[in-house]
Amino acid sequence: MLDNLQLLFVWAPIINVQIILEGIFVGAIFALVSYGLALVWGVMNVKNLAQGDFVIMGAYLTFTLSKYGLHPIFSLPIVLVIMFGYGWLIYLLIIRRVIDNDMFVSLLATFGLSLVMQQFMNVLYGPEVQIIDSKLPVYSMFDDFVTVPMAKIISLILAGTFALIIVIFMKKSRMGQAIRATSQDARAARVLGINTDRVYAFTYALNAAICGVAGVLVSIIWIFQPFYGIQYSLRAFAIVTAAGLGNLPAVIGAGFGLGLIEKYTSMILGTEYEIAAAVIMLLIVLIWRQIHLRRSRQVVR
Amino acid sequence: MLKNFKITTAMIFALVVAGFSSSASAGVEGDTITLGSAISLSGKYSTNGLHTQRGYDFAVDRINSRGGVTVGGKSYKLAIKYYDDESTPARAAQLVERLIQQDGVEFMLGPYGSGLTKAVAPVSEKFGVPMVEAEGASRSLFTQGYKYLFAVLSTSEQYLAPAIELAAAKAKAAGKDPSSVRVAMAFENDPFSLDVRAGVVDAANKYGMKIVIDDKLPADLSDMSTTLTKTKALKPDVLIISGHSKGAATAGRQIEEMRIQADIVAITHCEAAKVHTKFPNASDGMLCPTQWVESSPLKDGMFGNAAEWNADFKAAHPSYTAVPYQTAQASAAVLVYKEAFEAANSFDQVKVRDAIAATDMETFYGNIKFSEAGNNIAKPMFMRQISGGTYNAIITADDMVFPRKASY
Repeated sequence: MLDNLQLLFVWAPIINVQIILEGIFVGAIFALVSYGLALVWGVMNVKNLAQGDFVIMGAYLTFTLSKYGLHPIFSLPIVLVIMFGYGWLIYLLIIRRVIDNDMFVSLLATFGLSLVMQQFMNVLYGPEVQIIDSKLPVYSMFDDFVTVPMAKIISLILAGTFALIIVIFMKKSRMGQAIRATSQDARAARVLGINTDRVYAFTYALNAAICGVAGVLVSIIWIFQPFYGIQYSLRAFAIVTAAGLGNLPAVIGAGFGLGLIEKYTSMILGTEYEIAAAVIMLLIVLIWRQIHLRRSRQVVR
Repeated sequence: MLKNFKITTAMIFALVVAGFSSSASAGVEGDTITLGSAISLSGKYSTNGLHTQRGYDFAVDRINSRGGVTVGGKSYKLAIKYYDDESTPARAAQLVERLIQQDGVEFMLGPYGSGLTKAVAPVSEKFGVPMVEAEGASRSLFTQGYKYLFAVLSTSEQYLAPAIELAAAKAKAAGKDPSSVRVAMAFENDPFSLDVRAGVVDAANKYGMKIVIDDKLPADLSDMSTTLTKTKALKPDVLIISGHSKGAATAGRQIEEMRIQADIVAITHCEAAKVHTKFPNASDGMLCPTQWVESSPLKDGMFGNAAEWNADFKAAHPSYTAVPYQTAQASAAVLVYKEAFEAANSFDQVKVRDAIAATDMETFYGNIKFSEAGNNIAKPMFMRQISGGTYNAIITADDMVFPRKASY
């Protein structure tokens, strides 16, 4: 550990650049997935445990399209549309039936969905690890000390653009306003003539589409396998819980924060503590919040 | 009416039960010896499970077509009864129990992988049923004192130790002390990869080499950029990575992205992850361990030498462009049984077990001789080096392209 600190700050401080860049690239993907989860959680109060499996499904769709010679970047709109339709379908088939029940029913239902999706992808594509070669160049700086693949830059730009579009959409469009109204008070929204069933369906479908986009990006920068969804679900849950539901900018901030914390933890303590970092961050935030709440809590005796 | 129905149901039930119990074949019945195996035909190990099954079946067909197994002057045919263990240890253990107790199988072949072998070994041990396995390499299988478990393959701690030997040989050839070699390594945090690590650490300590990076990777690894960043800063001579195919795929992708230069890069599961086709630049010069090479000159009377086995298997299964070693060692396991039956000249389980334990033979797969613990001690691990997308066997250090110079 001391060696690693020395390496970072004394011997080769230039590698900090590489680690920060990696953290930002990773964070962008986490932020995207968490944003979708926060949306569904906040608007519908459904904790979507199949979040990571949507990501992996997006990656496999890209994989299928790339077999037909389509470059991953150009398959993005197609994956987006397919995942949107898939999300809508899942809403009609499953989520609509559990949305009014208590929390555990929706947890169980989405957990079941997650298992079914994993096994379905396993049967369809086999358990092998897959990658997609985006055939994009790699830029290097400082005598190869810092290397930045074009694929990661593009994925950062795409993630940013996409997040921006969603934020504007939520603020300006009719549907966006309806979604926000429903999340504030579903009953009042219904009274005022908003078709909340449609809003829910749209929200869930939008989440699936966001995850699909994240999946496309995962497919060009990492590797994927049918059972890899859990790591995205886990991190999304940690990020959303830590950032709070109503606070979408905080979710994005926490996504990038987690990316950086993970990379630095991994550098200083070792790669095996990477996921532990996510959970520890969550714990610290929860404890800190608890202390703060206690300070302002007033008890009626 | 209802009573009649009940009686009919009971009769049908009785018939079905009777049918089943009579169809439950004994281990050796008539002129057929039935071996049993729980094998992963679905789930996450299904690809390798299938490779294994084809290796078993290929050997059985060959042995049967060449006169079968001769015991007590009579010729017997081999057959294998398979169940799909769905890649889950608990299911595999259940199925082995079922094979032994209900189906009356008296001789077992192993499942795929160390994890599943670990799950089934206590079961066959309990019933005193010999098991020759070809796919479980974990060292821990051979420290339990099992009497009926035999493995034809080299154990996992030998997988990457040859990379250290090669580095030492190259250092000596350059007139340097092997202890000046600096090693970076990253291993997945699972029993197999940690076994591999133990072997590498032993070899490095033997030469007094300095281990500058020793990272453990999480089970669902898809990113080892920090390990490679450290590698870039510390510039070790040898980089060693093991984490099944996901580790190899991640390493291939990120070594290429981050333009890692090290004189020797050694990784397990290159073939399975297809690094040679997916990362042609990064994989050039990489060392990959294998249990078996097609160019091995050793041979046996049944399959000929390694190249002949390879050609015949490809002829039987044209879909294979390169045959994985998992298939070769599966065939070798069946061959061990044939020899043991004939040496024991009996189907008594204890006698066959003793005959297996006394095995000392040359096969297309390599020499096979079991230690007291049941692992094969007569066969070394081989290294192959990727060069222009093909795998070249490294028999001596001179065969190796050194230093590896990848062009990014």
